[in-house]
Amino acid sequence: MKIIVNAKPHDLSATDLKTALNELGFACSSVATALNGTFVARSNREQVQLSEGDHLEVLAPMQGG
Amino acid sequence: MQFYGTEIPSRLLLGTAQYPSPAVLAEAVKSSGTGTITVSLRRETADGSGAGFWETLRETGCRILPNTAGCHSVQEAVTTAHMARELFDTPWIKLEVIGHSDTLQPDVFGLVEAARILSDEGFQVFPYTTDDLVVGERLLEAGCEVLMPWGAPIGSGQGLRNPDALRAMRAHFPGVPLIVDAGIGRPSDAAMAMELGMDAVLLNTAVAKAGDPARMAAAMAQAIDAGRAGFAADPMERRDMAVPSTPVLGLAEFA
Repeated sequence: MKIIVNAKPHDLSATDLKTALNELGFACSSVATALNGTFVARSNREQVQLSEGDHLEVLAPMQGG
Repeated sequence: MQFYGTEIPSRLLLGTAQYPSPAVLAEAVKSSGTGTITVSLRRETADGSGAGFWETLRETGCRILPNTAGCHSVQEAVTTAHMARELFDTPWIKLEVIGHSDTLQPDVFGLVEAARILSDEGFQVFPYTTDDLVVGERLLEAGCEVLMPWGAPIGSGQGLRNPDALRAMRAHFPGVPLIVDAGIGRPSDAAMAMELGMDAVLLNTAVAKAGDPARMAAAMAQAIDAGRAGFAADPMERRDMAVPSTPVLGLAEFA
């Protein structure tokens, strides 16, 4: 399944968000996720199913003012 | 000094961006004496650079104030706030809804709307706003208990462009914590903000882009202390004309 992760296309075999993050190599504890513009809590990642063409944002702490 | 019932150890809030290295950042945080630092959320890379930065933040021991910098719509800001709350485990959010990418002026209409949504959800919102009194009132009605008026455009280092408006805010919102956020360039700007009765100053570029960030961080902290003490000491009124400070009574006549 092809989805867009942080603006780049990825081809994943995972169908749920939690497995997808593992497949993408993100350490799940230090990232926050939003699917198609809506926040997905860490505790809900396993229940959230991905669909072709989904836009996933994976964010982490960064320097800020 | 309290924000949302939480005691903060210093009236200086420091941003964490644009330092030459994480070591210089850590040194600046330490010498500033701040207890509150601002951070952002950005796209993570597969090498986990965010996790390393998170570790640097934890080591400072400071309270984290995450921002929604770069958000131009209510939805972006709200989603970013949700993500920040989970990641940093805090209800605090420095809410920015930006209207223009060149001036980085707040979109105050979107700001009030986002502030209402987030306050209703239990967030403790620190809104980056202008010095407009009516907008300030709307933000308080939306649930904000702190206001963060700008001093000058973000990153400009121009100091306080409109001190009279900040003075008016102080008079209009006597019990509300006011933090000047953005525009501070030099210690004298920070001191002036405090002399006007602001409760705290949030700055970043002025320290990060100084030749010696740690030294500038300490200078800012001293300026903020001095300005606050000056405000508390109730300064004299300005006069248009000179008034002798040395007694005239008993002045000798030699002619």
